[in-house]
Amino acid sequence: MSRIRLRDAVATTLGPDAVFDEIASPSTLYSCTVPKEKFGDAARAVKKAYGLLAAEWATDETAFGRGFGIFACYRWGAQYLIVRAELPADNPVFPSIAKTFVPAYRFERRILSMMGVVPDGLPDTRPWIKFEDWPANAFPLRKSFDASARLPRTDGKYKWARAEGEGVYEIPVGPVHAGIIEPGHFRFQALGEDVINLEARLGYVHKGIEKRFEQLSWADGARLAGRVSGDTTVAHAIGYCAALEAMTGCLPPERAYWLRAMFLERERIANHLGDIGAICNDAAFAFMLYQFMRLKEMLLRANHRLFGHRFMMDRVIPGGVAANIDESGKSAMLAELDELSKQFEKLVKIYDENASLEDRVRDTGILKPDKAREICAVGIVARASGLNLDCRIFNPFPPFDRHDLIELDVPVYISGDVNARVLVRIHEIRESIRVIRILLAGMPDGDISVTVPQPMPGNTGFSAVEGWRGEIIYWLQAGPNGEINRCMARDPSDVNWLGLEQCIPGNIVPDFPLCNKSFNQSYSGHDL
Amino acid sequence: MIRILRQIARTGVVTEPHHKPDDDSGIIEIGRLLEEAIRKRFRGSLAIRQVDAGSCNGCELEIHAVNNPIYNCERFGIHFTASPRFADMLLVTGPVTHNMEIALKRTYEATPSPKIVVAVGDCGCNGGIFGENYASLGGISKVIPVDVRIPGCPPTPAMLLEGILRAVGE
Ligand code: SF4
Repeated sequence: MSRIRLRDAVATTLGPDAVFDEIASPSTLYSCTVPKEKFGDAARAVKKAYGLLAAEWATDETAFGRGFGIFACYRWGAQYLIVRAELPADNPVFPSIAKTFVPAYRFERRILSMMGVVPDGLPDTRPWIKFEDWPANAFPLRKSFDASARLPRTDGKYKWARAEGEGVYEIPVGPVHAGIIEPGHFRFQALGEDVINLEARLGYVHKGIEKRFEQLSWADGARLAGRVSGDTTVAHAIGYCAALEAMTGCLPPERAYWLRAMFLERERIANHLGDIGAICNDAAFAFMLYQFMRLKEMLLRANHRLFGHRFMMDRVIPGGVAANIDESGKSAMLAELDELSKQFEKLVKIYDENASLEDRVRDTGILKPDKAREICAVGIVARASGLNLDCRIFNPFPPFDRHDLIELDVPVYISGDVNARVLVRIHEIRESIRVIRILLAGMPDGDISVTVPQPMPGNTGFSAVEGWRGEIIYWLQAGPNGEINRCMARDPSDVNWLGLEQCIPGNIVPDFPLCNKSFNQSYSGHDL
Repeated sequence: MIRILRQIARTGVVTEPHHKPDDDSGIIEIGRLLEEAIRKRFRGSLAIRQVDAGSCNGCELEIHAVNNPIYNCERFGIHFTASPRFADMLLVTGPVTHNMEIALKRTYEATPSPKIVVAVGDCGCNGGIFGENYASLGGISKVIPVDVRIPGCPPTPAMLLEGILRAVGE
């Protein structure tokens, strides 16, 4: 098979029906337009070529005098392929691809709920994000929708999947949980202690982020992207900025890229530290929580001292970065990393040797590799279940593209249990520490930002960035006046939440918090 | 086991004394005053129920940090409880979303009076960058009465403790 596998697969199957764009930016991205009837054929062609679905979304293009657009983004290795089709304004219907790709269930429920574009043949048309008490004809992402008005509440009931039989009972949990975590609702159908089915219902923290983007300037958009999911502020901001830069042909200075890479790895370490601690805590090993929280705090304080913000919010801006590091900062960070690494290894030993902990985390919450593939999982969840995916390798921004220099070693485990998700994190922390040391040693001098040109009407931009949870995708489209017409943000949680639902049945109810923590997906990033 | 004990001994007490000046300034006096206020007004124990009414999760990270061994808010008598039914204070992050409005109101009603409501973060104060629209109703005070506001995006642990102090001191 040739190197441009997905493009060829679609081109062979659809023939002249698939019209490919000439220019691709980034160079690993291919785009084509197909007649709407062929949208499903393209999906099947991609599936045959072992491609995975990365995202699916719709656009309202009435500002251009057209109807709607439907888009599917596929991935195979380093390649991305965007297939789009135009839909008429008066009858926006397209063939559903949910039977080909499982995550399309959620994507298409969202498209139907938020844009009112109809997936024909989608088996599950219950609203998603949009709650049952919203007016049925409220489609917030349509241009004709008045976003400033409050929504009236109507009656309506959500239809839960139900297991029935003698002794089957149901446990509803949330949206307000016992701990300090984001809101979401989970329904367990259980028999004795064993869970038969888990259904999640999300959307509680839907803030209208995608609509909000359309009211902001391109510069302010970066600030909003940094708040899609607060724990991933750096990666989301990089994702947005990279898409904007791809769209305008803007090249940030070398040094800005290196600083972005450093921020990204620091964010990864901080979150992984917190997660490992919290997972151990949910296995009743509080000692580890406090030890790991201590290390995380050390990192956050250093962020504050060096870059002026504990999470480095707003430090990534379109065209570059807004924080720098000098020689004394570098040596402080190196000393910090030495200390961190020393302390961390001691804790890892304790994790490895503790039999009662091992008993809880091994073979618990297994997401089998074939399931992970089926739901098109990404990031740590994918890598703990045998999928070798990492945008830092397959779709790198500089300096990650310097494989001779960085030679990233990405861990992949196949057991797919809680333990595997912990081991992936442990391994990644080590890798990130190593990478930051390389970045500090080789960082080029120079400016840290350039001005981004104004986007041209109708232009689009795409990016895929490996945040600490996994691949984040941004897709931007400029309107007729060069403003933001559409900003699609796909957090890793969009697909990985499905993995949690898949791994729970067969486990006991008390293990749910442990499994959930080992995924630690974002509610805000999913609900938008 | 021996490793665990050794690690505990080696780590020692990392909790910062109230008077240690640090770059995360502000914690100097706050702790002492907090402890005193909680002892006087809450018999030494302030139960807080945290509610995420729509935040981006940034504020939650810092509320977690208040519980870490460095800030160790428990030494001042602050506990985070699992239920609003025995909470003295609601610590609410936002903007309040349309989809969380009812749950927030219910949580408020389930909290026994007298209750203190503290709005956390720029979003909790006024909706922040998300503003007000069909999905985001703005600050917490749009839905339930608010006593004290802690601005910041997100507010640092020191700012959070200072805000809680303001709330219990009033
Ligand atoms: S104040 Fe900032 S950190 Fe807190 S919820 Fe709002 S955007 Fe997130």
